[in-house]
Amino acid sequence: MPNSTRTHIVTSYGEDLKRLREMIARMGGLAERQVADSALCLVRRDSDLAAEVVMRDAELDAMEREVEQYCVRLLALRQPLAADLRLIIACMKISQDLERIGDYARNGAKRAIVVSQQPMMGSLNGFERMAELVQENLKGAIDALVEDDAAKADEVWGNDEPIDGIYNGIFREMLTFMMEDPRNITSATHLLFIAKNLERIGDHATNIAERVHFAVLGESLTEERPKADISSSAVVNPPG
Amino acid sequence: MNSETQTHIEASRGFGGMQVRSDAALSMKNRIEIRNLDFFYGPTLPKALKGISLNFPDRQVTGMIGPSGCGKSTLLRVMNRMYSLYPGQRAEGEVLLDGENLLDPQMDLNELRSKVGMVFQKPTPFPMTIYENIAFGVRLHEKLSKAEMDQRVEWALTRAAIWNEVKDRLQASAMGLSGGQQQRLCIARTIAVRPEVILFDEPTSALDPISTLKIEELIDELKRDFTIAIVTHNMQQAARCADQVAFFYLGELVEVAPAAAMFTAPKHPKTQEYITGRFG
Repeated sequence: MPNSTRTHIVTSYGEDLKRLREMIARMGGLAERQVADSALCLVRRDSDLAAEVVMRDAELDAMEREVEQYCVRLLALRQPLAADLRLIIACMKISQDLERIGDYARNGAKRAIVVSQQPMMGSLNGFERMAELVQENLKGAIDALVEDDAAKADEVWGNDEPIDGIYNGIFREMLTFMMEDPRNITSATHLLFIAKNLERIGDHATNIAERVHFAVLGESLTEERPKADISSSAVVNPPG
Repeated sequence: MNSETQTHIEASRGFGGMQVRSDAALSMKNRIEIRNLDFFYGPTLPKALKGISLNFPDRQVTGMIGPSGCGKSTLLRVMNRMYSLYPGQRAEGEVLLDGENLLDPQMDLNELRSKVGMVFQKPTPFPMTIYENIAFGVRLHEKLSKAEMDQRVEWALTRAAIWNEVKDRLQASAMGLSGGQQQRLCIARTIAVRPEVILFDEPTSALDPISTLKIEELIDELKRDFTIAIVTHNMQQAARCADQVAFFYLGELVEVAPAAAMFTAPKHPKTQEYITGRFG
């Protein structure tokens, strides 16, 4: 049963819940920006922007703590039930996802600094595209929460495959670079991690979509999510 | 991967399918079955209950929630024919206790009320000794020797978790007990006649939080032997005590579901609005 549009009898409780959504929206906005900037600083070889991304991550960490404290307070004081309970639990978990996304972006920015000091190696278009898609999904998931829109969340949830596809491409490309010339190994390794970070950010975006689906409808998305990351078996098939 | 390993992995997924009180956990047997029940407080008054059909599973707690005037207390009053005390009040439909219709005019009311006991919102001890409060009701239904009666009184007081507090003053007046103790005494009095069903009408709304928790603990204990129906305005209490919860609105049964489902993901919009406080 979706969250009612009716206002809460206890006005301050209604405002508390509204504030919680706003906190997540703000946090989501910052996480999006971090993801975008971490890709941008890579593509532009901009170490200053990378340093900024690294610095800004502390803000996300602080926001996560704030959301958590706020949720604990709401649970203790309001003893929420049904849709309210689900929203609060979802927000608490979403803030963890967003914090993690921030960590990946920060790590990407740190590696971008190293990569920018190495000679250019191939095109970084794949990274740009991947970051765009990830960012779109992240934005979609957060919008779904703010608008209480399960359909939108479901759309994001099923939309991770293209990201995995690009990741597979980058994985193969980097392996080739490394095989061609061992001097590429430093850059290629960092770039591999950056690509993996983006891929993981995409997974967290789908996590957020799952939590929104639960918050809105009260049921979990249990079926297997469509996945296309085949990098674990791209070179040799794992035993078994 | 061979199929044996596969099965092993399937089985070890999550907590092995452990569920917090699902439908399946509710007992299959119903102690009370209500069928198409209508209730009228007077010949010219509108229906106070409209076509209620609800089952009370054996040795489970059924919580009834809803705003004031929604009919939940009325339903309790029908279940032990309390309304028969008031001329003009009338119930239509069936309330089956183990298949026997309680609304049947031939029904012996004394016998019915020994089978379906009731505990009220405010403690209502008789102005007598603690011992007599328990023995009084038992004497109406059974002839017991002094020793047997002593035993029954002790059993009832023990089951109601008040024996240790009153065993040294059984001959003192019940009016000297605290509110919480008086309520547990009333529960002891109810179970002393060994009913099959116990109806609780907001049993803790006049009690402090600690006494409330004691009563809740007691209800949890009592459901091993009795089928319990509880009307409460305290949503958390219903969530804690009940196995299944029924939501009433304007004399109608809107939704009935296992407690965990009711309080995390109710199906009906009215239920959702009521339990999250977005009503009216």
